[in-house]
Amino acid sequence: MGTVISNEQLADNVYHLRVGGDYSGEMGQFYMLRAWDNYPVLSRPLSIHQVGEDSIDFLYHVVGEGTELFAKLTPGDPIQLEGPFGSGFPKVEGRIALVGGGIGIAPLMYCARELPGCDVFLGYSREPFATEQFRPYADKLTVDVGGLILDSVDFKAYDHVFVCGPHPMLKAAQHKAAAAQSEGSRVNVYLSLENRMACGIGACLVCSVSCKDGQRKACADGPVFLAEEVVFHD
Amino acid sequence: MIRTETSGAADTKLDLSTVIAGVTFKNPIVMASGTFGFGREYAKFYDVNELGGISGKGLTLNPKAGNPGVRVYETPSGMLNSVGLENPGIHAFLKKEGAYWESLDTARIVNLGGNTFEDYVTGAELIQQDADRRAEHGTKAVDMIELNISCPNVKEGGIAFGIRTCDARELVRAVRGATSLPLSVKLSPNAEDIADMAAMCQEEGADAVSLINTISGMKIDVRRRRSVFNNLYAGLSGPAIKPVALRMVHQVAKRVSIPVIGMGGIASATDIVEFIMAGAAVVQVGTYNFMNMRAGRDLLTGLRQFMIEENISSLDEIRGII
Repeated sequence: MGTVISNEQLADNVYHLRVGGDYSGEMGQFYMLRAWDNYPVLSRPLSIHQVGEDSIDFLYHVVGEGTELFAKLTPGDPIQLEGPFGSGFPKVEGRIALVGGGIGIAPLMYCARELPGCDVFLGYSREPFATEQFRPYADKLTVDVGGLILDSVDFKAYDHVFVCGPHPMLKAAQHKAAAAQSEGSRVNVYLSLENRMACGIGACLVCSVSCKDGQRKACADGPVFLAEEVVFHD
Repeated sequence: MIRTETSGAADTKLDLSTVIAGVTFKNPIVMASGTFGFGREYAKFYDVNELGGISGKGLTLNPKAGNPGVRVYETPSGMLNSVGLENPGIHAFLKKEGAYWESLDTARIVNLGGNTFEDYVTGAELIQQDADRRAEHGTKAVDMIELNISCPNVKEGGIAFGIRTCDARELVRAVRGATSLPLSVKLSPNAEDIADMAAMCQEEGADAVSLINTISGMKIDVRRRRSVFNNLYAGLSGPAIKPVALRMVHQVAKRVSIPVIGMGGIASATDIVEFIMAGAAVVQVGTYNFMNMRAGRDLLTGLRQFMIEENISSLDEIRGII
């Protein structure tokens, strides 16, 4: 059980939640959060935005009943957290690009802090948020509003590209990765998938991901996968 | 037998145990298939050996990829799922999880699904053969088979067998003939008459019946003008279905003499007590695992507390009293 320190609205339906306590986690991992008793039934998986010495931060987009309840939280309110869960982004070296779309920028902040000197690309459909948080850590910060942020990224210029965003963006990143690799690039592209989850720990198979080697679990095997491993069905 | 200290009193002996077809359940809390993996995941949160039992993820003869598209959608007090029996297949389960299940100190239930009649029978035979092999070495990994004729999320098999009693009879008879392991048949609330179905299972030699599986339901995305699920319908579970489940457990318990394993929306110790009072021998907890990762431990604590408060020393005192 944690205690809300702050819950600041950053943009239309986008909030920055800080919870007090001693929390751990790696880049790209997530927590299961709930700020209610039995209803809604399911906890909500939120990726780690930052881990501090006595706090943990999350960014979330209000999309349904659960996140609407999160948005009503005020400092001092209790909140349940379980985690960290999942397999996150790898600790790599070399030329690194972080590419986030919308609320998909959330886990990349932690990556930017852990991997200083990388290039950061943030794309928004309308109102940008949290961009300035990245500036102290980014070698180059590119922000795009209303376009396709992936168009700004030359995959061949990097050894590693971390991508988190909506499904079509991940699929497009997979295509760009394949195209770059076919031209001789050895870029490794990692996708953070945002699947619906129920248990969050690999028991229910709700978040199953089709991969080349069979079905895998977004919550336990992921949410981060190598782009070429994932089979997108639509 | 469990000893519990009470303030200002001598030790109170609470008997939460039940025996079904020779299988001892140290308490009535069993984790429901599809919500608990094979036990490993939740073992990180508490000692799963404290549980009365575990019903593993539903298994089919061959590996199954499950359903594409959306697999879960929340509803008021419940959730719809359309996982579609994704599982590694019986062979892989026995190979990868057999040793772990051997090590468990709780009742171990294999939930057996299938696409065809032959799948079910061959699956039961495989489990029996494995049990025979382990018995030669003095070990055991499976205590009971739960025959799933009620999964609403597979197009073939599953619920196709679970609607009409006459369709299910031949399958139950064949599986009964394929294994000497204790057998429970998991029934669908969508059956034409669930009490008739349970009576048929008893006639065909089942040792118990488990009920209820999820209720077939639907969710429409009105902006996209389509069901959110590729299979149109999905299985509703969670507290929303508890009153229906309780009524059906009561009806079936009145009809049959074999034990009833009750489930459907249990999310508190008093929910468990309701099912026991309705006639359940033990209960299964499913969706509540997603609401509380330590559900089994917390429910057990709550149940013991309830028994102390209500001066109940054995669940037999309240079982089927309604």
